[in-house]
Amino acid sequence: MQDFLVQINYNAWILPALLLIPLAGALVLLVTGSLSSDDGTLEGAPSARMVALLVFVLEFVVSMGLWWSYDPAGSRWQATYDHWWIIPWNARLSLGIDGISLMMVLLTTVIMPLAVLGSWTSIRSKVRSYYALLMVLTTGMLGVFVSRDMLLFYVMWEIMLVPMYFIIGIWGGERRIYASLKFFVYTMAGSLLMLVGILYLWNASSVGGSPATFDYDQLLTIAHTHKAALWLFGAFFLAFAVKVPMFPFHTWLPDAHVEAPTAGSVILAAIMLKMGTYGFLRFAMPLFPSAAMTPWVRTTILTLAVIGIIYGALVAMVQPDFKKLVAYSSVSHLGFVMLGIFALTLQSVQGALMVMISHGISTGALFLLIGMIYERRHTRLIEAYGGIARVVPLFSTLLVIVSLSSIGLPSTNGFVGEFLVLIGSFRTHPFFAFFATTGVIFAAAYLLWAIQRILFNALDKPENEHITDLNARELTMMGVLVAAIFWIGIYPQPILRRMEPSAALFVRTVTTGQANVRTAARGDR
Amino acid sequence: MLQDLAAAGSHPLADTAARYVGLLPLLPLAGFLVNGALSLMPAYKAGPADPSTAGHGHEASAHAGDARAGDAHAVTHGDEHGAVGDDHHVVARHKYAGVASVVGPLVLALSFGLAVMIWLAMAGAGEMTTPYVQTFFDWMVTGDLKISWAFQLDQLSMIMVLVITGVGTLIHIFSIGYMRDDPGYPRFFAYLNLFVAFMLVLVLGASYLVLFVGWEGVGLCSYLLIGFWFSEKANADAGKKAFIVNRIGDFGFLIAMFLLFANLGTLDFTSVAAAAPTLGYNSALVTTICLFFFLGCAGKSAQLPLYVWLPDAMAGPTPVSALIHAATMVTAGVYLIARSGVLFAMSPTACITVAVVGTLTALFAATIGLKQWDIKKVLAYSTISQLGYMFMGVGTGAYAAGMFHLITHAFFKALLFLGSGSVIYAMHAAYHHTGSHEDAQDMRNMGGLRKYMPVTFVLMWIATLAIAGVPPFSGFFSKDGILSAVFARAQHGALSEATWLGMPGSAVLYALYGLGLVTAFLTAIYMTRMMLYTFHGPNRTGEAEQAHLHEAPWSMTGPLVVLGVLSAVGGWLNLPVAIPLGPIGVLEKWLEPVVGAATVAVGGAVGEEVTNTEYGLIGAAVAIAILGIVVAVVKLRPAALVPKRDATPSHGFEQVLEDKYYVDEVYDDTIIKPLVSGSRNILWTGIDRGIIDSLFVNGSAVLARGVGWVGSQLQSGETGAYAWAIAIGALAVLGAFTFR
Amino acid sequence: MIAEALFFSAVLFTIGVVGVLTRRNAIIIFMCVELMLNAVNLSFIALSRLHGSANGQVFVLFVMTIAAAEAAVGLAIIISIFRHHKSVDLRNINLLKG
Repeated sequence: MQDFLVQINYNAWILPALLLIPLAGALVLLVTGSLSSDDGTLEGAPSARMVALLVFVLEFVVSMGLWWSYDPAGSRWQATYDHWWIIPWNARLSLGIDGISLMMVLLTTVIMPLAVLGSWTSIRSKVRSYYALLMVLTTGMLGVFVSRDMLLFYVMWEIMLVPMYFIIGIWGGERRIYASLKFFVYTMAGSLLMLVGILYLWNASSVGGSPATFDYDQLLTIAHTHKAALWLFGAFFLAFAVKVPMFPFHTWLPDAHVEAPTAGSVILAAIMLKMGTYGFLRFAMPLFPSAAMTPWVRTTILTLAVIGIIYGALVAMVQPDFKKLVAYSSVSHLGFVMLGIFALTLQSVQGALMVMISHGISTGALFLLIGMIYERRHTRLIEAYGGIARVVPLFSTLLVIVSLSSIGLPSTNGFVGEFLVLIGSFRTHPFFAFFATTGVIFAAAYLLWAIQRILFNALDKPENEHITDLNARELTMMGVLVAAIFWIGIYPQPILRRMEPSAALFVRTVTTGQANVRTAARGDR
Repeated sequence: MLQDLAAAGSHPLADTAARYVGLLPLLPLAGFLVNGALSLMPAYKAGPADPSTAGHGHEASAHAGDARAGDAHAVTHGDEHGAVGDDHHVVARHKYAGVASVVGPLVLALSFGLAVMIWLAMAGAGEMTTPYVQTFFDWMVTGDLKISWAFQLDQLSMIMVLVITGVGTLIHIFSIGYMRDDPGYPRFFAYLNLFVAFMLVLVLGASYLVLFVGWEGVGLCSYLLIGFWFSEKANADAGKKAFIVNRIGDFGFLIAMFLLFANLGTLDFTSVAAAAPTLGYNSALVTTICLFFFLGCAGKSAQLPLYVWLPDAMAGPTPVSALIHAATMVTAGVYLIARSGVLFAMSPTACITVAVVGTLTALFAATIGLKQWDIKKVLAYSTISQLGYMFMGVGTGAYAAGMFHLITHAFFKALLFLGSGSVIYAMHAAYHHTGSHEDAQDMRNMGGLRKYMPVTFVLMWIATLAIAGVPPFSGFFSKDGILSAVFARAQHGALSEATWLGMPGSAVLYALYGLGLVTAFLTAIYMTRMMLYTFHGPNRTGEAEQAHLHEAPWSMTGPLVVLGVLSAVGGWLNLPVAIPLGPIGVLEKWLEPVVGAATVAVGGAVGEEVTNTEYGLIGAAVAIAILGIVVAVVKLRPAALVPKRDATPSHGFEQVLEDKYYVDEVYDDTIIKPLVSGSRNILWTGIDRGIIDSLFVNGSAVLARGVGWVGSQLQSGETGAYAWAIAIGALAVLGAFTFR
Repeated sequence: MIAEALFFSAVLFTIGVVGVLTRRNAIIIFMCVELMLNAVNLSFIALSRLHGSANGQVFVLFVMTIAAAEAAVGLAIIISIFRHHKSVDLRNINLLKG
């Protein structure tokens, strides 16, 4: 495999190809749409979903080469690509991946075909635009994960906002306009300050006659005064904390999740929530280690993370709407990620990365399952169900498996991440880890209670007696995810091995970076 | 599978059957996969390709409907509680019931056979001082954290493996008959197989984390099996309760592991044992670790204050109660403490805490057992009580005695549960014939069953005498072993010199011994009461029903007989020095390499000579047991009982006991309800919707709109006004520049 | 010379401003705006001569072009307003109101 990849010079073209394939697909859909005279409904344009599936499967197949071509020993950028872009500002199209980006890219390319399959029959109007938006969204998301140029990163960050806004706003539920606007404004408000921060960095990079640059690696070497670092960190923090979402910036999430169509929820939960934590890992903390290491900053963020874990779980417990329940459970899971990142031990950071991956798989699967049952019964209210395990045994089996992985049962993916986060953070912050561990109790409480009320108890509602079980398409989708759940749960080592050097570099950058800047800060005073 | 030859190469067990240790849990796991597939296969009918349009019309669901009609009917009917044997209706046996009844028990039997082979190899290997560790592959290796999938075989895990696979096989065979006509038949065997697989992982794991996989896994299977008849809300509730209460314990387990890793940098049993002394003898740290581990044990093994899930767990089918909630899973806590003997030996405080909690649990549960009417509830509280004894044993460092009681308890309690299963089976069949909806598990509806079920009657009396501690049945030896160990620890050794909550350890232990005797007395009473009400006196089932009461088929009584023999003679496994009826202390010698050092550290070296005290202790224990039985026989009047429907409510303390001290109600009111309503009213509607969403998020939107409105008022739309504003503004700027 | 030119320009500009501010007839306001433009043009020319540079004069050409275009567009708007409202009194026209 490796020889073959070298032969076709895979590393040189893979990243731009990954960004261009979905764009080309979107173009094809839009051009055929403007040429044809049909009304764009599912019946009118049945080929659109096929095109989308093909494009995403192609994207997935092409991206899988990264798994082998990536050198697990390396911690720096690999598969780099560099091309001029905006010459006067010295902004370049420079791409690359490290162990962290690698997994996020693969997560994206795995989830996207499933998102298309999840929309297969549920999206019935304006299908071409829908799938075209999904493709543009993919380019934006992948762009965020592979950018080595801060301006490119920012552009991609904003690009991915727009398709999601339309996906929620056009194909969403009843309160879709409110939800999409809230989603957009919330994220935008956070990210504008980040733009200011990026421009500040650009300006600061031109010291000593060298031209200003957006290049990540060069910006990394700038030493800031402690005060400046704090302000800059604050600007980035807001953008990323909204996206994570951290308590108390999380309220856009339940609304967006509930109103979004199935694929929208899946992508939001599985990939877009990871943008925030990815931002902390890639930008906010390595760029401003002195701010990130400031005790009160760390304490505040760790406190918010632990509050998020417990608060998310408790609020999830009392949700009447299953989708909202899963949305709040995301707040809880992402709290684990933040805890892991800010505890700054190798295990906790690795664990945070594993939670990011596992949460993508498990929560993605949960949203897909909710979508499936919603298509049949047109309600997501937990109380509308009850006892359906007898009617739809396949669905029920899958829901139980996925819920257990979300609860974090050992030998499923959920456990690996949570365990690593907790055991790692217990070393540096036992107090926070202790309270975070109570999350395992609450997680069991809210999910088991919910699945009991859906699957078990008496089958007392006549309209539930004739729900049909899953079809082959749905079983295929879930099969992929369930396989991933157990693979990661039992043998996560290949993933951990690929991420370890990058995670170690992250911990080193942040912890030792602080030492340098501490002396600089002392000089200030 | 990659064998870690470097580690295993020099071990006496290398190149023996032990190298197939991985197959032990894999066989039941394979059984789980087969049975699971069997149970799901009929469900796959390829649902509609387009569910958003299909599924409302009846044509789509009609064919799926009839395929399930039988299933649905039978489940509803089976809901009452487990039972089966329906002659009036066509019973919907599962399509693949035949395959499942072969696969399910067969994998267990194979696993048991392999276990026996390994045991023979181990017995033949002579002195084996280090465990045989087999590493399969890395699980989580990152930085200095190194966790692999590895199994370890030593004398302790060997015993557990034999008990689990042996008793497990018997219970699987029993289930063939018991669950015969249940529509979820393959699903039942799938869960049961999965349970055994996880239980074996639990006892074979070579590190705390692999143990934890089994630990949580058996909890999962327990959850699934308690809620096996999930259509009844009470059953589903009980399953959920078991899982969540266990999770509270697991929280303690996790914290203990984190503490271990943070301080020792490893979770492997062998490395922990090697590094443990660095924690410091009787340091706060080691006590904290032990107590957090014990929190885990209290959850899994139903000790105070986390025992509440076990009585409810009786909602599951009776074989499940026998296997999981009596013989194996609930003893995992005892196993964990024996496994962590090295750590507990370093903390007398933790040891005494374990013993105190165990004793109090034993006493507490025994009192509740006195007034229960449901035959399985009596056995459930009896299990909690006996588990308390085991903790009394391992808490006082008498690991061999604790394990001994674990083994004999597995025999006689499995027998009692399966026997009660036979009774319930007969009762239910009888009630079903007449179409009556009486409670088939309530002892007030039984009585005089010895006429109808003589085999079950004899076997259950054997088990009752065993649990009551009457010689020469197995329970006598194991219970006496624990009680005399507690007495010995009170006299000398580390525990007697320690202080516990300011009290001298010696006094505490004497008190525990006394309470242990009281519990033994109560045990004899409530068990005799159960037997009297069930099998003696007049029959209260009903005239019409009596004709249909009969013994269960041999596939069910067969395993009972085997367990009966084991309950009777199991005591010979570990004869005390005082009763030289055969080889002395076989089990103790067998376990010596694993727990010997810890036993000595806690209890001090015990001489081989027999003292008069020891005879006195044995005499006291026997007297107490017999006294209990006599008191029960003299005081209780089975003839005076009336069937449940005619029973008058009891009053006073009896009512308190019957209602289990209202602990569930207290937990409900003080923890669960406040948590749920607090989450709903304060966190969700208060903070989330009220403060964050309304005040901050929508508030800032309203603020922006307000500011905009104020600004918009300046826009009068009259160009003249704008022109004036421009002119005045220009003059002001000019003026400012001119006169500054 | 320069002072007179600038003074004259200022007077013209002020007349334009006062006209714009006080009159209501759109045509008159429009003419006053032209007056202001030309006042500025005058000062451009004068200053251009003072500095000896052609820039100011170039600007004047631009302004005159713009003014011509503006006259065309502005008058067209005023005519269409008149068609709509049958009046060119700006008090009646407050469509810009926020």
